[in-house]
Amino acid sequence: MKSHVWRPLYVVIALVVGLLVFRFFYVPNDFGSGKRGFMYSFHRMSNEEEWKKQPVKYGATGKERMHEYCSACHGAVVKVRTEDLHGIIPCEDCHGPALNHPEAPEKLNIDRTRELCLRCHTSLPYTTSERKRIPGIDPKGHNPGIECVKCHNPHNPRLEEMK
Amino acid sequence: MERREFLKSCIMVIAGASVPLSALTLIDPRKVLAANPDIQWAFLVDTNKCVGCGFCVMACKTENDIPLDANVTRTWVERYVYTKDDRRYVDSPKGALNGYTESRIDLGKGEFKEIDPKNVGKAFFVPKLCNHCTTPPCTQVCPVGATYKTDDGVVLVDRKWCIGCGYCIMACPYAARFFHPLLHVADKCTFCYHRITKGLDSACVNACPFGARRMGNIHNINDPITQLIMNERVGVLKDEFGTKPQAFYIGLAQEVR
Repeated sequence: MKSHVWRPLYVVIALVVGLLVFRFFYVPNDFGSGKRGFMYSFHRMSNEEEWKKQPVKYGATGKERMHEYCSACHGAVVKVRTEDLHGIIPCEDCHGPALNHPEAPEKLNIDRTRELCLRCHTSLPYTTSERKRIPGIDPKGHNPGIECVKCHNPHNPRLEEMK
Repeated sequence: MERREFLKSCIMVIAGASVPLSALTLIDPRKVLAANPDIQWAFLVDTNKCVGCGFCVMACKTENDIPLDANVTRTWVERYVYTKDDRRYVDSPKGALNGYTESRIDLGKGEFKEIDPKNVGKAFFVPKLCNHCTTPPCTQVCPVGATYKTDDGVVLVDRKWCIGCGYCIMACPYAARFFHPLLHVADKCTFCYHRITKGLDSACVNACPFGARRMGNIHNINDPITQLIMNERVGVLKDEFGTKPQAFYIGLAQEVR
């Protein structure tokens, strides 16, 4: 057969071989798929470890173990708080992430803004929502511009005991 | 050479050359099983308990270094308001990063709608996040193998390998993915993979004061979350898409999708 028939075939073969060689060097060795197969999980296996290494910022102050860590040093405050209405709020929601506190960060950046309190205590006319159980104010009418913590104690918000 | 011979060798060469090298690597099933204890992460949202405080969004963005002022978020809270004259409004300003501190509805494009409190029929809040589907459409469309489902059921994005084409962002029926404004890769909820693999709750579960968000191993029948999913009336979002979501909702309404 004449060479003009073979030539395009050589070109195709060269391209395929070139691609495979490039792929061989470029694709990391740990590329593969787990038990979910090629369609859903063809990936670089070491990436899973990379995600696990992402630094943690918030400690375990949620529902499960919320008062354990903080009460070791701040026992008195935590005690007041846990017996109170605000006892359901994890400390870190207002006090900021504190995984390695007191080492790093040494001092927590407490959010004392009005906006923080208004997240729950803005009065919204939703009678069917859990929101109805939380006392709410009109942000524009109730002492606008003044921080809530100037009058209310966030650890003990009962109005009868307000200073 | 005969015509038959020529065609035969052509087919052989093409067939041989088109086998990818990765197809020749063998996976040892025992190795895979050893590295994979039987964990299947699932999320449970109790919409009856949510008050729309947005602490979960704040915790998620802080924990995962998502820029606070950028209008992208891995998890968000939606507000649904039904009026007595049968109109329905949904909004989620900034993904509820700062909660809902106004009664007016954000219609987008700087327009707002004030609803007469007497006209409000029912209203509720729904937290949303990646559903970590069993058959995720987002991982199927990735052209480079940068997004995948782990063996324990979490959908992740390989930030080093992602080319930022955005196919997965389009493919997700739940709009759970976004383009990371700083890293220029696709980004999404990881179920806080760095936390759950250390035995901690995810940041949003940790931050929720009302227990509206919970997480557990759906393969463990004694897990409280599994028990709730089995015994409560739960629903999933967009079931008809066949994605088999692993985020379950208690108190789901027809309008929540």
